[in-house]
Amino acid sequence: MIEAVGLTKSYGKTLAVDNLSFSVPTGRVTGFLGPNGAGKSTTMRMILGLDTPTGGSALIDGKRYRDLHQPLRTVGALLDAKWVHPNRSARAHLQWLARSNQLPAKRVDEVLEIVGLTAVANKRAGGFSLGMSQRLGIAAALLGDPQVLLFDEPVNGLDPEGILWIRKFMHRLAEEGRTVFVSSHLLSEMALTAQELVVIGRGKLISQSSTEDFVAQATENTVRVRGPQLAALRSALGQAGVSIRDEGESLVVSGMDCADIGELAARTQTVLHELSPQRGSLEEAFMQLTGDSVEYHTEIADGPTPATLVPAGK
Amino acid sequence: MSLLEAERIKLFTTRSPWWCGLLAIALPVGLTALIATQAGGPGSAEFDASATQLLTGLGRSVVMVMAALSITSEYRFGTIRATFQAVPNRTSALLAKTAVTAVPAALIGAVVGFGSWAVFRLIHPDPALALDSAADWRAVAGQPLVFAITAVLSLGVGILIRQTAGAVAVLLVYSLLVEGLVGLIPKIGDDIQHWMPFFAADRFIGVQADAPGLQELPLGPWGYLAYFAAIAVAVLAAGILSAGRRDA
Repeated sequence: MIEAVGLTKSYGKTLAVDNLSFSVPTGRVTGFLGPNGAGKSTTMRMILGLDTPTGGSALIDGKRYRDLHQPLRTVGALLDAKWVHPNRSARAHLQWLARSNQLPAKRVDEVLEIVGLTAVANKRAGGFSLGMSQRLGIAAALLGDPQVLLFDEPVNGLDPEGILWIRKFMHRLAEEGRTVFVSSHLLSEMALTAQELVVIGRGKLISQSSTEDFVAQATENTVRVRGPQLAALRSALGQAGVSIRDEGESLVVSGMDCADIGELAARTQTVLHELSPQRGSLEEAFMQLTGDSVEYHTEIADGPTPATLVPAGK
Repeated sequence: MSLLEAERIKLFTTRSPWWCGLLAIALPVGLTALIATQAGGPGSAEFDASATQLLTGLGRSVVMVMAALSITSEYRFGTIRATFQAVPNRTSALLAKTAVTAVPAALIGAVVGFGSWAVFRLIHPDPALALDSAADWRAVAGQPLVFAITAVLSLGVGILIRQTAGAVAVLLVYSLLVEGLVGLIPKIGDDIQHWMPFFAADRFIGVQADAPGLQELPLGPWGYLAYFAAIAVAVLAAGILSAGRRDA
């Protein structure tokens, strides 16, 4: 279990992470969601003791990372697949990591087998594709057979096959009873991968809930109604106290499902040409929730006005 | 112990240390051989063993680059973060790296010292080149110590600067130019030069010990070696301290 309490990191006047508190439960995949620049990587680096927090703390099973003895046995992490010397072979990279935590040498071959890199183990890591680099990074994270795993944007830039592989892999790790904490800026990806979600924007916590709850709460379910004589229906809907929005020729109703609207239409003797449920997209919902917290706003619609730059972190 | 082994695996699983090591030996020994072929003849000065060590500084410069690279390349490729992730105690991690850099540097120094002496003697046999005094032995067998301390100093600079180009430029410009040019400052130049680290290293080896400007010095050979080592340790300590405080 990972626990962040009041975690804060500032670079000069800029707050990259602002009093962030959350917990990552055992045995589940927890997504760490936020737009680019929201402070996800900084938070993960603080959990791993690479960056020192300005305030607050991050604890792994009640201990600070730097107090862990041979930490690879407790926590495995893939923050950046490129943290490998390009002229060193995949096997040598894993060998020095294993040795530093007194892990048996045969474990290197085991993890290479798990991620499917056995055939290229003696090739230089600099020649690896992004997908292979990610697998090597995951192999390094698994070396110490840790109970807690952190992955920073593991599917970024991967092809669909790679994405699917990683997604299944995360589920398997969680089913084995491990704590899996994985960051992403894509809600649609997290909706498929994570059971729990920690959502941040501009370094602040926006929500922590199960993915199901988050998606249900975030996406607004509406019904589109189209027909030649909607006036009567509109007043009936108005009396029922639901919100109505005009969209061209049709009404978009939220707060009442298709069945109820159909009944109402029958009672008011309204002819309908369309009655269809609409599901808001996850992306839209995510934008809505984190909209105020995106670091760089661009105002595409406003023509000549230059993009407004909000002072950046780092 | 396992930290030392991890660093040893790191050092020997990339190619650049091998090339640097080879160059650090071939360059001074090769050029010393060339000098030896032209040595002697009527009117030339008397030799002793320290004369065979005049070009060892070339090897030392390559070792500087090698030692600085061993840490700056880790910063460049991000493997330093992987290291600190595996070994959160940064002081232990960096001390292990220091040991694993200093030991090969000492070996290179031994090969350069004895190699230069042997190749000179082979080409230009002269009884004056025999190792028959403490000063002679210091000149040749002292090279491993000087090379190892040079490696420690360079590693410290590498940890502080973190960028290959910056660290290598500082080390080479300083050791090859700054120390020599300081002596040109009127009046105080000599006094400053007498306290410069690589000047100290050269006094321990005893290169050009007969030169007129080098007769009245504040320290003896071993005093200068201790002084050189103290500076190297101080720079390394500053590096380790700053690495502990900075975000990796």
